[in-house]
Amino acid sequence: MIPAFIVTHSPALMIIAPLVGAFLSPFICRISSTVRSIWVGGAMAVTSAIALILALNVYSAGTRLYVFGASTASAAIPPDSGGIPIRIIFEIDPMSALMLVITAISGFAIIVYSLSSERSHTGLESYYTLYLLMITGILGMVSTGDIFNFFVFLEILSLASAGLIAYRIDGGVAVEAALKYFVLSTIGALAILVAIGIYYGQYNALNMAMIAARMQFSVLDQVALVLIIAALAMKCGAVPMHFWTPDAYSMAPSSITALLVVASQASLYGLFRTVFTLYNVTLNAATVGWLIIILGVLSMVVGVTMAIPQKNVKRLMAYHAVSQTGYMLLGVGVGLAVLGNQSLLDAFGYMAMEGGIFHIINHAMYKGLLFLTAGAIFLRLGTYNLNRMGGLGHSMKWTMVFFVIGALAIAGIPPFNGFASKIMIYESVFVFNPLLAVIAMVVSILTLASFVKVFHSIFMGPALPEYSEVKEAPMPMLAGMGILAVVVILFGLFPGIVVESLIAPAAHALVDQGAYVAAVLGGV
Amino acid sequence: MDPTSTLLTGAGYWNPLAWLLGLLVAFIIAWLIYSMGEKGYKPGTAQAEPFISGNKEPEMKGEVHVRAGNLYWGYLEALRGYYDRLVPLHSGNLHDYILWYLGITALFLFLVVIFP
Repeated sequence: MIPAFIVTHSPALMIIAPLVGAFLSPFICRISSTVRSIWVGGAMAVTSAIALILALNVYSAGTRLYVFGASTASAAIPPDSGGIPIRIIFEIDPMSALMLVITAISGFAIIVYSLSSERSHTGLESYYTLYLLMITGILGMVSTGDIFNFFVFLEILSLASAGLIAYRIDGGVAVEAALKYFVLSTIGALAILVAIGIYYGQYNALNMAMIAARMQFSVLDQVALVLIIAALAMKCGAVPMHFWTPDAYSMAPSSITALLVVASQASLYGLFRTVFTLYNVTLNAATVGWLIIILGVLSMVVGVTMAIPQKNVKRLMAYHAVSQTGYMLLGVGVGLAVLGNQSLLDAFGYMAMEGGIFHIINHAMYKGLLFLTAGAIFLRLGTYNLNRMGGLGHSMKWTMVFFVIGALAIAGIPPFNGFASKIMIYESVFVFNPLLAVIAMVVSILTLASFVKVFHSIFMGPALPEYSEVKEAPMPMLAGMGILAVVVILFGLFPGIVVESLIAPAAHALVDQGAYVAAVLGGV
Repeated sequence: MDPTSTLLTGAGYWNPLAWLLGLLVAFIIAWLIYSMGEKGYKPGTAQAEPFISGNKEPEMKGEVHVRAGNLYWGYLEALRGYYDRLVPLHSGNLHDYILWYLGITALFLFLVVIFP
């Protein structure tokens, strides 16, 4: 049985574990490579376990409130605060819990992979410190109920991500990619900070539930909404603010690229949390919903069409990540567009949202898997150039199997998980607007075409003489890929159970602003 | 909870286990057809060589592998007008990236304030 102390304090422990792991890594990682592996692997394993315990607790017992600096969650509003929750509060509802599950699984699989993929590189104490800080940032962003605290975790995530994008230097090209990411992230974060200032100036509060309860949707609120939407849409790689994505994704180590996918989804979570929880029906759902839908459609189309001519496998996959983000924006955008209309929400809005949210976790798994396979290929070949590859199916059979699983999943081929979420999006979006569904299906076909090219280029054909010495990827890397592949298959084979137990509660929690507010303010 | 994990999709449903069963039946039929094929094939002879439109297989095996750069040439040629406009937007210039971000923010601000 899990000790009650761990369950009670899991929101705090989930942040403390990677932080302690990160800050002690520079010292402990210098002892020996074995000690380093045990330390960082253990820190991530503990973090993942706590995050999963917390998520399980939320799914079984409902939304969790954790008030820092108070002995109990019922002390969210101190008696002398004028009715305002001034302490930092973590509020973990099923939507947050879903993000915890994604981070826990991906974070653990990627660190298992990293233990082998990064072994020959120097500066690993910095690598693992920043890796664990990224995990801290993501977990904090998806758990906090305080908007300034969200900004702090976003900054932790951005700083750590920029450091890791530049990790391999690569003649300065990786550093340039990191600089682009860092400058754009900083401008976006400043915009979010201005929005937070607007909320604080108007409502005298930083707690999201409190701001939601007092939301007037004044002109200032509209300005704040746009600042947050644009910044977080840029951070999650939505077209036409996606330009940093292929640069950063292709230059970061593949393990980090897989984690950057999760980081982008944390920004997507922030976007959805803002429009649904902070604003909900106070905003013009049709206007904002259509803006998000248009971002989604542009991302799908531009992402996939830019992917097809790419010669660098990581840039190609990065453009596909942009394209897949479009599906999530489309699904949830349709839900938002009909937010004020309960009958339309019941008819197809919830289904579209569930499809979009299901696609978030599916994408994290298969796209993470694909980036890890690209890293395994780079480890053995020393190139990402598709024109120089071929015949690896003879020597890297397991990597090929994992690639095929990821490629079929991203292309929406049954019975893999990508198909399940895409069919939910197609059918529900078709009722809303048939043209959008047709575009989504065409994008899937182009995705399949693109990955057929990649599969042929890398794995098909005769064994090439220049790669006659190439061996399969090391076991820990295969194990990391294997974890994600198993999730892709299981989520594909049992989509009904996943949607019923993980996805539908998340979608309903996102829409139910009243429950989020009441958890903190007690029905005020 | 449905143990077969049928997913209701609004207009219909999706059951991967039933689909896999169908796939299994298709594989069995394919195998039966395959098993009725010619069994007199001799490994190590010309029968086992790849058929490349009647040409002999070149010594340098890499030459028969169609590389990524040669794939989808027709698609890219047909959409050259689209790509000629789209690709240059991805300039790699940070100033352009920032301008796009600020431009979209301004556009959204205009739309949200006009249609609140």
